[in-house]
Amino acid sequence: MLSLTVNIRIPRTVWDLPREDYFVGGHNLCAGCTAGTIVRNLLKVAGPNTIVVNATGCLEVSTSLFPFTSWKVPWIHIAFENAAAVASGVEAAIKVLKEKGKIDPNKKINIIAIGGDGGTFDIGLQALSGMLERGHNVLYVVYDNEAYMNTGIQRSGATPYKAWTTTTPVGTIMRGEWRDKKDIIGIALAHKVPYIATANPAFLLDMDKKFAKALQIDGPSLIHVLMACTTGWRFDPKLGIKISKLAVETAVWVNLEYNYGKLEVTTPVPKRKHVREYLKLQGRYSHLTEEEINDIQERINRKVEEINRAVGKEVIGPLA
Amino acid sequence: MTQVYKSKSLATLSSNKAVAKAVGQLDVDVIAAYPITPQTTIVEELAQMVANGEVKAQYIHVESEHSALSAVVGASIAGARTFTATSSQGLELMHEILHITSGLRLPVVMAVPTRALSAPISIWNDHSDIMNARDTGWIIYFVSSAQEAYDTVIQAYRLAEDREVLLPTIVSYDGFLMSHTYEPVVIESSEDVIEFSPKTWKGYIEEGAVAIGTLASPDYYYEFKYQQVEAMKNALRKAEIIDRDFYKKFGRKYGLVETYRTEDSEIDLLVTGSIWSSLKLAIDKARSDGLRIGGLRLRLYRPLPIDEIEKILAGKEVLVVIDKAISYGLRVAGPLANEIYTNLQSPVKIKSVVAGIGQRTVTHEDLYKVILHVYKNKDSPGFTKHTLFYGVRGVEFDG
Repeated sequence: MLSLTVNIRIPRTVWDLPREDYFVGGHNLCAGCTAGTIVRNLLKVAGPNTIVVNATGCLEVSTSLFPFTSWKVPWIHIAFENAAAVASGVEAAIKVLKEKGKIDPNKKINIIAIGGDGGTFDIGLQALSGMLERGHNVLYVVYDNEAYMNTGIQRSGATPYKAWTTTTPVGTIMRGEWRDKKDIIGIALAHKVPYIATANPAFLLDMDKKFAKALQIDGPSLIHVLMACTTGWRFDPKLGIKISKLAVETAVWVNLEYNYGKLEVTTPVPKRKHVREYLKLQGRYSHLTEEEINDIQERINRKVEEINRAVGKEVIGPLA
Repeated sequence: MTQVYKSKSLATLSSNKAVAKAVGQLDVDVIAAYPITPQTTIVEELAQMVANGEVKAQYIHVESEHSALSAVVGASIAGARTFTATSSQGLELMHEILHITSGLRLPVVMAVPTRALSAPISIWNDHSDIMNARDTGWIIYFVSSAQEAYDTVIQAYRLAEDREVLLPTIVSYDGFLMSHTYEPVVIESSEDVIEFSPKTWKGYIEEGAVAIGTLASPDYYYEFKYQQVEAMKNALRKAEIIDRDFYKKFGRKYGLVETYRTEDSEIDLLVTGSIWSSLKLAIDKARSDGLRIGGLRLRLYRPLPIDEIEKILAGKEVLVVIDKAISYGLRVAGPLANEIYTNLQSPVKIKSVVAGIGQRTVTHEDLYKVILHVYKNKDSPGFTKHTLFYGVRGVEFDG
């Protein structure tokens, strides 16, 4: 059940967010990288009593070049595939040290694991499954930029249909990724995780509310955040938030949550834009023919139908 | 016996159970482990202690050895006293995190009942697994009895958590030959145990900006790694002191290198683990034949107490190093033999012998045969050039 805590409040407007930042500038993330936006907000919501466990990836290497750090909270990086396992250990330690009186038992300490799509969908999936299944009180945030961006744009299990990457290149025979993105939310649902959500930094308040809800839950939670990547998706750095917004407006991405299994689409879209609007701003899709774009649109239409059916009403409308 | 004990008791325990007993008495906070033969009975035993409320620890049922070590790393950073255990393939799966644990200077303690590596799969004993961990920056003990396993776990926490050391520590011993065989073990009172190894580790978590596991550029990385070199030197010094203090408190001591009849020996055999007791019998037999044979048992494998070995070997003629592991593609194929070759500053001739691979039985009679073989052939040219693969079909042996 929900156990409300003193220091985590669900923000109703952006003015409810504190001025203080616990993820600060001076890092080496690319200009226009939306990972910084996501994490800055995450820590505004979580506050100073937070321990972050960060999987290897862009965010980790760009924010921790010794002797500097962008994190004003305790931050731990161990390896690529084990953020969930390390966070499990931190959580277990905090629990037992509270029981033994070494840590004030009334002190609420947020434990947040952060991984990219590679560190979560692929190499970290086993550790994530263990953490979710064992019920550790950890919020796992996956920032999904849909490829291995840190090593130079290689395909991951989260790379979407038809996207170009350096390992799913466009050649004379092959035309980018030919498989669908892995359903990480479905995987989390199968673990009966109390709180699961998708979010997107273009819908900041929706994202921040979800962070707050997840941190209030006594148990594991997973938030899957779309992270538009200027370098890997091949777009002008100033377009990150615009593209993120278009992802929702075209229903390429759906902002939703599962609260104890109950589905709600938190950003309804009365009239959808054509997926072309989303694709045309990104170099990773520049090879697509009209036929291929229509194929992608068809796939989205089918997904929208499924979601509306699951919710029981038309939360995502027809193409405008 | 230098002090009045609060209480002692005698129990019949396997080395695995002796390890579990010690861990239970050391007020460990977080245990994470994954089942693998022959380690499993340690964590079963600990799970029962937790279930009975005898040990107040969080027990994490991880989904792999990689996560087992990852979880105790996280717990250790947060200030917990931690324990894990594994063998063979499990230790291989942990390998990545072995380096990270020592690099982050975390006093994690792990038990490793050693076992052969696949393929072909073998659940039986040799030292292939632990030899692969030798360059991971962990302190590695190699014990030879259930009593020593119990005592060394108690020593290991004090050594690992020493401010001048702060290195993860493995207590290893022979799988099956020790992990599943029962011996009488003196159990100390929990008060005495915790008094000897008090919980001094506080972890790295503090309020505010504490970054653990950062990215180190070529400008910094080397210094981090060199600190581990220094820490190992401290560990060697401290391990000796701790063993001495242990003797003062509990009346048992092992040293870092144990010797047997080396005072006037000409030929010595260096071993690790359970083969030690068989070797002592073989030495006695050879002595009754009038051969001047002695034995050394290496108890601390990392850091290697090479100065002490050098001292013991002063003026000796031949050192036979028996390995239960193979370094493939080398003329001298015993990994420990190689290390002794390269580190020892001594004119003693070194003969490498590999035996007991995949738990091929090595009795005191086998060791006696090896002794005779060395005695007969020690002066023939090229004798020390190659490893003797003892006890394998198809290899000629004159013993």
